[in-house]
Amino acid sequence: MFTPRARAAGVAAALTVVTAACGAAPGTQQSTASSSSGPNAATATSAADFGGLDKLVEAAKKEGNLHVIALPPDWANYGEIIEKFQAKYGIKIESETPDAASADEINAVKTRKGQDRAPDVLDLGQSFAISGAGEGLFAPYKVQSFEKIPEGQKESTGLWVNDYGGYVSIGCDAKKIATCPTSFADLLKPEYKGKVAMNGNPTKAGSAFAGVYAAALANGGSFDDIQPGIDFFKKLKDAGNYNPVETTPATIEKGETQISIDWDYNNAAYAPQMAAKGLDWKVNIPSDGKYFQMYAQAINKDAPHPAAARLWQEYLYSAEGQNLFLKGFARPVLLPSMTSDGTVDKALAEKLPSVEGTPTFPTSQQVDAAKAKLAGGWDAAISG
Amino acid sequence: MNRSGSKGWLGALPLLAFFALVFGVPAIALVAGAFTADGRPSLANLSQSLQGGYLVAMLGSVKLSAVVALLGAVLGTFLAYAVVTSRLTFLREAVLTASGVLANFGGVPLAFFWIATLGNSGVVSGLVGLPSGSLYTFWGLVVTYLYFSIPLMVLVMAPALDGLRPQWREAAANNGATAWHYWRFVALPVLTPSMLGGVVLLFGSAFSAYATANAMVGTVVPLVTLKIASALTGDVLIGYENIALALSLDMVVVAGLVMAIYLPLQKRSSRWLH
Repeated sequence: MFTPRARAAGVAAALTVVTAACGAAPGTQQSTASSSSGPNAATATSAADFGGLDKLVEAAKKEGNLHVIALPPDWANYGEIIEKFQAKYGIKIESETPDAASADEINAVKTRKGQDRAPDVLDLGQSFAISGAGEGLFAPYKVQSFEKIPEGQKESTGLWVNDYGGYVSIGCDAKKIATCPTSFADLLKPEYKGKVAMNGNPTKAGSAFAGVYAAALANGGSFDDIQPGIDFFKKLKDAGNYNPVETTPATIEKGETQISIDWDYNNAAYAPQMAAKGLDWKVNIPSDGKYFQMYAQAINKDAPHPAAARLWQEYLYSAEGQNLFLKGFARPVLLPSMTSDGTVDKALAEKLPSVEGTPTFPTSQQVDAAKAKLAGGWDAAISG
Repeated sequence: MNRSGSKGWLGALPLLAFFALVFGVPAIALVAGAFTADGRPSLANLSQSLQGGYLVAMLGSVKLSAVVALLGAVLGTFLAYAVVTSRLTFLREAVLTASGVLANFGGVPLAFFWIATLGNSGVVSGLVGLPSGSLYTFWGLVVTYLYFSIPLMVLVMAPALDGLRPQWREAAANNGATAWHYWRFVALPVLTPSMLGGVVLLFGSAFSAYATANAMVGTVVPLVTLKIASALTGDVLIGYENIALALSLDMVVVAGLVMAIYLPLQKRSSRWLH
């Protein structure tokens, strides 16, 4: 709740110990699923392997449960997605540690291998999806809409597939700030003294890292060069504008983080929440630094509920699931194809903060290099 | 009283087994991980953990903890003395109870408590005209940590101060000692072990604190616990786990050094109690 998707290491560690102790019982679900006369759910690479979506639903219902991790209910509308999935298929979702980070998810897959409480599906930062696939942790699976997903947003065999994302944006309380900043250059203005915050620490939180990357693009950097972004935040700090407090709904409500750099779907989701509390939370995509990033889905290779895991993927990439992401102000990966075939919920799409131009993406090598640079350079720039 | 018989240690066996399991196994895993890079034995993690930003963070943590420990010890001792010598038993009870509660007040609630009071849009900072950002600095963090360190020191010192018998002071006075003499040669030597223990305790709690600093200053004040968290968990860094273990090992060494200074001193000063 306080640190979305990047919580204290201690909690995750304690959790691992506890669940390791509780999960000692062998995965009975898994053995029944693979020994049944039907297709082997654990190795199925598409709904066709089950004999169609109906058969997949049947197999998933037989398993009855789905174990998910790191899905905060207020993040990209996951709360409603989980509810709708449960209601539609009668499969109970056990949602564990909603605020866990990508690193915790990978840890959970590794440390609970073969246990009934291992996560079935994962929602990962893209570089974690790529490294996890490299380590052989995921099962290849192509959802029915796989072909419609743009190239570069999926692994060719379906080990991971991007599903939703957003732009780095600047949220701002228009009741307290006379003119909301619309660019990174604006943030340096003296009127924003002590007001510019982020959703966490860039060496830890994905959204804050993206904020630095976007600032780099705004200041003459590129996907290969994040240094201007680090320099920008140093300048912001020296100007007295940088506010190190980690943004949460509570700090926004209190007026402590009146300007916050975060994913546009987080900032946009705060708006109605804050309106109820008398704040006017405005969201702008910075005009000088547009950075778009998606999160990826993957299936645990040793998922205790392999059929339910695959059905969950089918649901997320269905028009219904994708529109639910859209309802949470996240941009679903199928948005372009759904716009052309008319399955998109237009009212929801119009509520998204507007952006001009099409997004471009860094390669995973570029992202890794930027992260290494940030790990070494961020503290030196910002501390003292 | 001499019970150094051959079977005496048997009674401690369950405790030792417990320690071996709960502290020993993780310690071995920590050391093993710290000396492993890319699956091979290596010193790379350790050397990296003592360079650049990591070294800065380690020094920052030591500096913060030392300042908090010394300030907390001095202020806590004076407060405890004031309370213990006060004739109002009600005040004494109230302060000790409050100390028990406040000594355990930490984490994100503590950070937000200070942010809401003295932060950029805090309730009090506006009244006193605090310049923006002044809470989110090294000294802001020191003040925040003192909030639980001073009560902790009071808890440590109150029983020790109670142990100072009035007769000692009278005896010293009868022998012509001034107040300074009394404190220098009687009271302080008796109190030193507790004070040293308090300093070590305060150092340890500030050194290992994480959540408060994370929520309040982010990376503006470099701290080793924040670096460990970034390396171990998060959405950004991949493959830094063993550096986190190396940093933890560095922390163990620092804590060991503090104890190495503390133990001989404590031994020396505790002679006075026998």
